[in-house]
Amino acid sequence: MHPADRRRRNLIGLVAAIVAVLVMSSASTASAQSDDGTDGGSDDGAAGLGIFGQLDYEDPDSGEEVPLEGVTIEVTGVGTVESDAAGEFRIEVPSPGEYEVILQVDTLPEGINLRNPDANPLQSTVTENRDRRVLFPLVFGEAEADTTGAVSFRRVAQLTAEGLKLGLYLAMAAIGLTLIFGTTGLVNFAQAELVTWGMLCAYFFNFYGFAGVIGFLAPLPPPFGGGVNLVWAAILGMIAGGALGYVLNRFIFRGARRAGVSLIAQMVMTIGLSILLRYVFVYVFGGGPRTFGDFAAQRAWKLGPVELTPKDIVAMTLSVIILIGVASYLEMTRMGKAMRAVSDDRELAESTGIDVEKVITWVWVSGAGLAAVSGVFFGLDQVKWDFGFRILLLVFASVTLGGLGRPYGALVGALIVGLTINLSTLLIDAEVKNMIALLIMALILLFRPQGILGRKERIG
Amino acid sequence: MDWGFILERTFSTMFGVEVMVFALAAVGLNVQFGYAGLLNFGQVGFMAAGAYGLGVSMSYFQWNLAVGVLFGIVYSIILALILGLPTLRLRADYLAIVTIAASEAIRLFVRWRVMKPVTGASEGIGEFSDRFYDTSLNPFTVGQRYEFGPFSYVGRDLWVLLVGWTILIITVLVVKRLMSSPWGRALKAIREDEDAARALGKNAYSYKLQALAFGGVIGGIAGMLQVLQKGSIQPDTFNPVITFTIWAILILGGPGRTWSPIVGSMIYWTLVSFLENVLRGLPEGPSDTLEDTIGLSEFNVSQVRFILVGLGLLLLARYRPQGIFGSREEMALDDR
Repeated sequence: MHPADRRRRNLIGLVAAIVAVLVMSSASTASAQSDDGTDGGSDDGAAGLGIFGQLDYEDPDSGEEVPLEGVTIEVTGVGTVESDAAGEFRIEVPSPGEYEVILQVDTLPEGINLRNPDANPLQSTVTENRDRRVLFPLVFGEAEADTTGAVSFRRVAQLTAEGLKLGLYLAMAAIGLTLIFGTTGLVNFAQAELVTWGMLCAYFFNFYGFAGVIGFLAPLPPPFGGGVNLVWAAILGMIAGGALGYVLNRFIFRGARRAGVSLIAQMVMTIGLSILLRYVFVYVFGGGPRTFGDFAAQRAWKLGPVELTPKDIVAMTLSVIILIGVASYLEMTRMGKAMRAVSDDRELAESTGIDVEKVITWVWVSGAGLAAVSGVFFGLDQVKWDFGFRILLLVFASVTLGGLGRPYGALVGALIVGLTINLSTLLIDAEVKNMIALLIMALILLFRPQGILGRKERIG
Repeated sequence: MDWGFILERTFSTMFGVEVMVFALAAVGLNVQFGYAGLLNFGQVGFMAAGAYGLGVSMSYFQWNLAVGVLFGIVYSIILALILGLPTLRLRADYLAIVTIAASEAIRLFVRWRVMKPVTGASEGIGEFSDRFYDTSLNPFTVGQRYEFGPFSYVGRDLWVLLVGWTILIITVLVVKRLMSSPWGRALKAIREDEDAARALGKNAYSYKLQALAFGGVIGGIAGMLQVLQKGSIQPDTFNPVITFTIWAILILGGPGRTWSPIVGSMIYWTLVSFLENVLRGLPEGPSDTLEDTIGLSEFNVSQVRFILVGLGLLLLARYRPQGIFGSREEMALDDR
C-alpha cells in the first residue's frame, strides 16, 4: 500500500475511534445530569459552599431518633457552629478543599458518645458547587469501638484488610500495564484512563442499559432500555474495557509501530491519549463524584476485628479469582505462554512462529479489560472522572516495585504497595499516604532498579 | 458576534502572561528533553518548587524578593537532585514515571493540612507579591489600562510582562550560547549516543543531572513569574495537565530548537484563546445547537482546550514528532 494511503487510513481510524468515544459517553451524561439533578450548579442559590450534617442518637428505651441541640462543631481554620433544635448544623467554608471537622466532645450531653471516637476529627473534602455532608454517628452509653492506644490490634487488622483490598484492585490495573510494557516496550500512561473507562461504563450501563439514552429506545426492557443490575453492568464494563483496548491498539498503536514511531514518541502519544480521554470524561460526566445505583450504602459486616461491607468482600473474592485466572491463563494456555515468550524475547518468539501482532492485540484487550474490572471495583466506593489518574502513581509504584514487564511482579508489587500505604497511616497522616508509594518507588530504583522479581538486564 | 472583542482578546493573548510563562517553562523542558533527551514529565513540579520557594520565603519568613527568588531556585535544584539521582542511571522511561509521580506528590505535600502554617494548605498563599509591584523600577501604574494598537493590557500585567519577556529572551539566548559551547555539545552527544559519549570520557550521568537541574531552574522561574502575576499561590493550579500542555507546546514548536518554545507557546495560546472566545461569544442559535448536540455549555467549554491538548499531543507525537517547523535532524523524540 502507498504510505500516504496507509497514513490516511490510520488517521481516519483514529478520528473514528475518538468520535465513537465522544458520542457514546456524551449521550450518557447528557441525561445523567438531567435525571439525578445533583450536578451542575449551586442548588442553594447565593449561599457559599458549606459543610453540614445532623446530630442525633437513638434512644435505647423508645427507639426514637433524638436530635441534639447545642453541640459545637469546629472546622479548623474556619470557625465553629452549634447544632440547632433539629440537631442540624451548617458552616460555610471559603473555598473547595480539604477541611478538618471536629466535634467538640465536651459539648455532648452526659451519656452520649461518638460511636467511633477514631473518626473525630473527620477529614472532609468540599468540591465545587456542592455542600458536603459529614456524619458523626452517636450512641447512648459507652462507645463500641476499642479506644486503647493509637495502634490497636483492631485498627491494624482493619488497615490490613483495606490495604489488601487496594492491593488486589491495583494488581488488576498493574498487570495490564506491565503486560503491555513487556510485549511492546511501551509505558502506557493511558492505563489510568482505562481504569476510569471501566468505572464510567459500568455506571452508564447500570443506569441506562445499552441504549437507554437514545430517547425512543428508552422504554425497551433492560438491558437495552433501562439500567441493568450492577453485576451485569460490571460485566458489560469489562467488555467495554476490552473493546477500548482493542480499538486503541488497532487504530492507534499498531499503525504507530508499523510506521516505526519510536517508543519515546509512542509514550508521548499515550500521554496525549490520557489527557484526551480524561477531559472527554469530565466533559460528558461532569466533575462531581457519583455512586452506582446498586449497593451504594451498605452496612458493614463484622468479621472478627475487621469491618467490611458485603460488596467489598464480594469484589475482593472476585479479584482473587480473576487474578488466579490470569495466572493460570499465563501458565497454561497457548496464548498466555505466547505472551510470556514475547515479553521475554520478541525476536526469538517471532522466529518460533508466534504471531506477535496477535499476541499484542490480546495483551491490549486483556490488559484493558482487567483495568476496567479494577475500575468497576474501585467504583463501588466512588465513581469519578479522574479516579484513574489519582491512582496512576500507585499503579506505577506497583509495577516498578515488581519489575517492569513481570506480571507476577506487578501482583506482588501491588499488594505490597496497598498494604504499605494503608498501614503507613498508623504512623503518618492519611492525607499524604500516597506519597509513601513515591518513596517506595525511589528506594527501589536506587537499590534494586530491576524490581523484586525483575532480572538485571532489563534495566539497560 | 463581537469580532472586535474576540480579536482584541486573541491579539493580547499573543504576548500575554500565559505565553510568556509557558514559553519559559518550555525553554526549561527544551534543555532537558530537546537537548539532553530527558523525559521530564513533572515540569509543573519545578514550577511549584519555584513558586513555593518564593511565596514561603516572602510570606512566612517575610524575606525580600531577591532572597525569595534565590530560594525558589535552590528548591528547584534540590528537586532535580532528588528526581535525578536515583533515575538518571536507568533507562529513560524511569525518569518519566518518577517525575510524573513526584509532581503530584509535591502538590499533595504543599496542600497537606500539617503544612498549613507554612504553605497555607489548600488555600495557598496570598498577599506576597505587592513588593514586586511597588518597586520604583516599575514604570507602569498598576490599575491603569494601556493600549498599543490591537494589544491591551493592565499596568500590573504589563510590568510582569516586561520583566518576564526580558528574562525569557535572555534565557533563550543563554541556552542558545550554552548549547553551542563544549558543555552543550557534550549534552547533545549524550542524547544521540550515550555509550559513545561515555567511551570518550564524558560523565553522562553528571551531564544529565546538570541538564535536569538547569531546565528545572528555568521551570522554577516560570512558576515564580506565574504566581507573581496571579498575586497568590494555589496548590491545585500546579496540576499535571500543565506539564502536558508544556509538552504539547514544545513539540508543537519543535524540540531541540532555539526559539521553538516561544513559537509553540504563541501558536498554542493564540489558538486556545481564539477558540474559547469564539465558542463563548457564539450567538444564541449556533450556541444552542452545540449545546443540544454535543452538550457544550459554559460549564465545560474550558475543558475543550484540554481535549485539544491531548489530541494535539497524540497526533504530533505520531505524525510530526519534530514539530511543525522542525527538521528530522535535530529530533529528540527518538529511541535511546
